Amino acid sequence: MDTILEMKNITKTFPGVKALDDVSLKVERGEIHALCGENGAGKSTLMKVLSGVYPHGTYEGDILYDGGVQEFKDIRSSEERGIIIIHQELALVPLLSIAENIFLGNENSENGIVNWPATFARTGELLSKVGLKENPATLVTNIGVGKQQLVEIAKALSKKVKLLILDEPTASLQENDSQKLLDLLLEFKAQGITSILISHKLNEINRVADRITVIRDGKAISTLDARGGQITEDDIVKDMVGRDMAHRYPERTPNISKDKLMEVRNWSATHPLHPERKVVDNVSIDVAAGEVVGIAGLMGAGRTELAMSIFGKSYGTEISGEVLINGKPADVSTVEKAIAAGLAYVTEDRKEMGLILDESITTNITLANLGGVSERGVLNDGAERSVAEEYREKINIRTPNVAQKVVNLSGGNQQKVVLSKWLFAGPEVLILDEPTRGIDVGAKYEIYTIINQLAADGKGVIMISSEMPELLGMCDRIYVMNEGEIKGQLAAKDASQEAIMRMILKA
Amino acid sequence: MSDTENKSLGYYLRTHIREYGMVVALVAILAFFQVVTDGIMLKPVNLTNLFLQNSYIIIMAVGMLLVIVGGHIDLSVGSVVGFIGALAAVMIVHWDLPTVFVVPACLVVGAIIGAAQGYWVAYWRIPSFIVTLAGMLVFKGLTLALLGGASVGPFPPEFQAMSSGFLPDFFGGLIEGRFNVFSMTLGVALTALLPILGMRSRAKQAKFAAVDEPMAVFVTQHAVAGLAILFVTYLLSTYRGLPNILIIMAVLIAIFTFVTNSTTLGRRIYALGGNEKAAKLSGINTKRLTFFTFANMGMLAALAGLVFAARLNTATPKAGLAFELDVIAAVFIGGASMSGGVGKVIGAVVGALIMGVMNNGMSIVGVGIDWQQVIKGLVLLAAVIFDVYNKNKA
Repeated sequence: MDTILEMKNITKTFPGVKALDDVSLKVERGEIHALCGENGAGKSTLMKVLSGVYPHGTYEGDILYDGGVQEFKDIRSSEERGIIIIHQELALVPLLSIAENIFLGNENSENGIVNWPATFARTGELLSKVGLKENPATLVTNIGVGKQQLVEIAKALSKKVKLLILDEPTASLQENDSQKLLDLLLEFKAQGITSILISHKLNEINRVADRITVIRDGKAISTLDARGGQITEDDIVKDMVGRDMAHRYPERTPNISKDKLMEVRNWSATHPLHPERKVVDNVSIDVAAGEVVGIAGLMGAGRTELAMSIFGKSYGTEISGEVLINGKPADVSTVEKAIAAGLAYVTEDRKEMGLILDESITTNITLANLGGVSERGVLNDGAERSVAEEYREKINIRTPNVAQKVVNLSGGNQQKVVLSKWLFAGPEVLILDEPTRGIDVGAKYEIYTIINQLAADGKGVIMISSEMPELLGMCDRIYVMNEGEIKGQLAAKDASQEAIMRMILKA
Repeated sequence: MSDTENKSLGYYLRTHIREYGMVVALVAILAFFQVVTDGIMLKPVNLTNLFLQNSYIIIMAVGMLLVIVGGHIDLSVGSVVGFIGALAAVMIVHWDLPTVFVVPACLVVGAIIGAAQGYWVAYWRIPSFIVTLAGMLVFKGLTLALLGGASVGPFPPEFQAMSSGFLPDFFGGLIEGRFNVFSMTLGVALTALLPILGMRSRAKQAKFAAVDEPMAVFVTQHAVAGLAILFVTYLLSTYRGLPNILIIMAVLIAIFTFVTNSTTLGRRIYALGGNEKAAKLSGINTKRLTFFTFANMGMLAALAGLVFAARLNTATPKAGLAFELDVIAAVFIGGASMSGGVGKVIGAVVGALIMGVMNNGMSIVGVGIDWQQVIKGLVLLAAVIFDVYNKNKA
């Protein structure tokens, strides 16, 4: 095996921060090389240096690629050499077709006139290569995130890729879509394409990676050889966080009250645009004080829709059913009333729906309970600040100043701000939708600790997650949802990934 | 970033560069014209005119700020100015209704006009650009219909007093000549009041947590503001005293600054503009808020319409033409963001003053209306580029 890429002693500084400190990375031709590290460790920065987003001259060190020193001045120049990067946030135009997206900026044309038949034919070939059965003329907005990811990969293949870089490709994918994507990577490997995979999901890395480089605080800590199969997830975690992590989930002794805190009975909701589609179908769930209840299911199972329709009818039409809190019917018809009834909903997409990114930590924390920091509609600055300071300490939001804009925080700290916001609203029941999505191992542990503390304080927690190990590690009881219905529930001691999958597939 | 650096003066100034930059720009422009006009710019009579000429733009800029912070825009305000002026003229001149009835009635009509447009924007989610573009055409047409294509006037003196009257000197005769002692006293009182209010709010904040604003900034800010108020009131007092309209504006600015900075209502409008989905999921009634910002805008446009008609002493079919552009430009020069969630009342006011001072100064110097437009356009562009540049650098 020869070396396709060698990044030598890369140092990249931003004003005040050394994002990369003398990092070296060696990737062999035809391997899948995983890049691990906590959020903010420098993985994405390293890849941006490689792909020319940060052009030659803005960093120190050398990039040796395909036999020579490269001095990329922009993404285009690295793409010309076959380095294609697929970013975490997909770069597709939703209202253009698959074919148009794949050849965007690289159109199959003569004198500016697009050759559509050739474009569609070529798209068909590419789609079959990535195993996507869709019409090339379908608009990207009409296919799921998993398929959009495949379109991105097809787009990369259209450019004669030699080195494929995937930044968190499975972050927003369901288990089965992720598996497909990983299989595809293995297939590419067989065809001789080299890949660099950035991921937080250690089980995936362990499955496909040949070698693993761990980055921490802008430094390359270690490169592990995973081909022998002796590398365990704990080995990787240890290098990532710089300490042993005996338990990925904090210990907890459940103290569950016998009475039901919240009950949802016969809850149904239909799709807002397709009235014939019942997205939530006659669902009944409950949670007791001190209990952590999980809802497992695949993407599109209706879990988020269930939560949002309960929370102030924020999703869907023709909503029917009953919500009881402490045995009494509760009015949850608007978000305001749902909050007053003691509910809180932490959204799955914190940037889009949970936070006001350009506002301060303080403003975000008090947003759902402005009444708590004001008198007759007049805000009390000082009270607001002290509330923010209180949660900064209690929840451990890492920031020098609560006046900091949340856009500048890492994913984990942003999530802590969202949690603080809802804790300050003083709910009885918290519905957490993908509470640890896109945040690193260390921050996850902290979020888990907060969840356990909430349960210990006698709150009811409903946790929606696509990561089954997380549900298994955290929940007392797990509901399994599929196609808008509850397929069954499992007690913690009986639950396993297999049992959940069986329940989903039972149909 | 260390804790101490955060609290330092430099950090504070860097993060508030836009706000202070605006004021510095206004002062620089004033100084520039003071020199090139050989001192005419800051003559008491010209300063008085400056406020009278720009009063209606400032009044509307305050309302437009809320609309823009909420993530929308209102293109109809110029037409509403014309329509309300016409309505007032018809009511007073043709129907002989008393001013005390006409003024509140027109404000209510303005609020209804704003509410009618806000209804479609808020509850039907029709883009505000389109709704208010339609409103712009509708009210331009209705103005013509109401006036029958002719000017209607003149107004009785009590109506004119709203825009061309001055605060009487209750201490008349204290100082001989034309110095208005009462106006000056008001100015001094305000100068004394502002730091007292400021200190109280600092003390309240300090009870709970460390105060963000460094003391040096607080002192400088209030010293500069105090001197400016004293200077302006002194100049105005040597002429005819404080114009009534300046008092109306000052009260509006004070109310809206308070609402945007210190009330839950204001906070919710910023949240709505910053991220509507997040605001909604935090229990904020976003539709009602949007509706409110438009109704409020309509009422302020009506007030501006009355002021403008009173100033011209006649309602003309052309009144209010293209005012919306000046108002919107003022808000953006004042640092508001097109995408919503960002902007300050005082910024919009300073933005309007910058535009006003440039209009006034260029007219005195003799720059033609053609080049005035070009220069104002470039200033608007430069201000927004400065914003974007700052944001990218941060």
